[in-house]
Amino acid sequence: MSVSQTAFHSALLDASQDVPGGLSDGLGQPAGSRFAVYRNNVAVSLTEALEQSFPAIAKLLGPDNFKGLAGIFLRKHPPDTPIMMHYGAAFPDFLAGFEGLSHIGYLPDVAQLEQALRTSYHAADADPIAADALQAVDPDRLGELRFDLAPALRLVRSPWPIHQIWAYNLEPGAPKPTGGAQNVLILRPEFDPQMTPVSDGCAAFITALQRRTTLAEANDLAVAEGGDFDLSHGLGLLLSGQAITRITFGDAP
Amino acid sequence: MSKMMKTVAIAGAVTAAIAAQTTGATAGSKEKCYGVSLAGENGCAAGAGTTCAGTSTVDYQGNAWTLVDAGTCAEIELPAMADGTERKGSLEELDRDLPS
Amino acid sequence: MLDNSPRFTALPAAPGVGYKPQHFSDVMNDATPVEWLEIHAENYMGDGGRPIAQLRHLSEKFAISVHGVGLSIGGEGALDADHLVRLKTLCDWLRPASFSEHLAWSTHDSHYLNDLLPLPYTKATLSRVADHIDQVQEVVGRQMLLENPSSYLAFDESTYAETEFLDEVAKRTGCGLLLDVNNVFVSATNLQIDPYAYIDAFPVARVGEIHLGGHDEETDDHGAPLLIDSHGREVADPVWTLLDHTLERAGPRPILIEWDTDVPEWAALAEEAERAATALQKVPA
Repeated sequence: MSVSQTAFHSALLDASQDVPGGLSDGLGQPAGSRFAVYRNNVAVSLTEALEQSFPAIAKLLGPDNFKGLAGIFLRKHPPDTPIMMHYGAAFPDFLAGFEGLSHIGYLPDVAQLEQALRTSYHAADADPIAADALQAVDPDRLGELRFDLAPALRLVRSPWPIHQIWAYNLEPGAPKPTGGAQNVLILRPEFDPQMTPVSDGCAAFITALQRRTTLAEANDLAVAEGGDFDLSHGLGLLLSGQAITRITFGDAP
Repeated sequence: MSKMMKTVAIAGAVTAAIAAQTTGATAGSKEKCYGVSLAGENGCAAGAGTTCAGTSTVDYQGNAWTLVDAGTCAEIELPAMADGTERKGSLEELDRDLPS
Repeated sequence: MLDNSPRFTALPAAPGVGYKPQHFSDVMNDATPVEWLEIHAENYMGDGGRPIAQLRHLSEKFAISVHGVGLSIGGEGALDADHLVRLKTLCDWLRPASFSEHLAWSTHDSHYLNDLLPLPYTKATLSRVADHIDQVQEVVGRQMLLENPSSYLAFDESTYAETEFLDEVAKRTGCGLLLDVNNVFVSATNLQIDPYAYIDAFPVARVGEIHLGGHDEETDDHGAPLLIDSHGREVADPVWTLLDHTLERAGPRPILIEWDTDVPEWAALAEEAERAATALQKVPA
């Protein structure tokens, strides 16, 4: 009898199904537990991939919980690409919708932070402008500038102290999270994404620049969201994080 | 604030931001830094790689998994909901207590 | 049929090692017997950052072999056209000395299963695999090597021996072959055939590269040995002996050490590479 890949595939991800017929040990006996080698390869390799991509979530839940949860996730959301560095984009939303975890409200946002770190790590390279490129601009027209930001820049806004939680789990000696909301700006000056907690005003500033508003508009929006926003600090973060890749007047792409 | 005052404020902020940047390293030291940076550490941001190997680890295919108390989340006491409802213990207000 | 050069590879007939990012400094600084490195194509398909920068750097010092793990050449469905383009893009900028993939499938209904899954060897699967390889060589614009799998079970419907199947695919498409000697040992043990007979039946003239890796030992439901191709330890002694036999038949070939799980310090890989160098020295060129 012939074994279709549909039958093989479906039995791989569901151990309650019988091993497809037509498979043997080479000497005519049914394949039996030999089929489990492929089941293990799929489930274990995908579980390990998720552990590597979400190390803080793995520590927060503990190894057994994480494996159990990964087993459910990987059967519901198998990868849709062979590029494993991209696997798990659906994991934060999966955590948010998972009833048994709703009492750990910060989990989805911490997963979002890990996802952002990973996509930043693999994002395209870009040449930053030098700080003195801004010096060359007519001071009267600085407010009209629009910025292109580096492809590796990420901003994760959360009502939870996500950076504290992340650090407590992955950085030796980091203190226990104490509470408070945190927005995290991720910049990648060279190859390693750097996280900086930023104020609401600063987060609004970055979001506005991403939407390609002018510098003056971004500053207004930032001040409106957080009265203590300091433009020189916000710009300084972007410059030192090599996150500004082009400055232009007008809204030409 | 008048348009003029805003323009002056922005120019001042830009000048301050530029002044705060450290001066550039020499070409030679940049090259050396690049080599070190290229090697990197085992960054936990890289995520998963591919595999072309099998495993002898058994996956128990449990669909009946239930959460047990384990992991560091048991050590972290934060309100159950981000909006402050269902708080555990006495916690300070959810202040945004960050710089800039 | 594309380039049908008799050598099937531009890699040196010397030991190479499967590259792991944690070994970057060791690889760049050590005077090792390693002349070339193999990378998994899919790990260099991000948009940028350290992985691609490292690879660019490594390629200035070493010959590179690009080994794909995700193309699903044995799949019932069509090849993923986007993935083919990504492979072409990588090969275009990197200009690797070799490009290889597996006789296996891993994608079905747009689900990627992250394992090299087996296929039966029949007339129908032969023509499908050959069509897919024609397409790969056409799009990527170069000859590829096709690797023999590790098998844990057999299909009742198979009508070709694996060696016949690979020989026929290679003849139809002009592709070369990647002979994984550990896979031969694993499959032969698991399916109770003679690994030496397998090597003797293998079209060794088309072999552009040899793979060696470690395996784990388990047993099946009936207590029969079941070897798992784990790439998580040293190459087993009987596999080294089988390599000697292979090299006697095939002559010197590029030999890759694969160590993908529980990856050790670089020194352990260099030691395995030394052992491969010794095996190569015994073979007349």
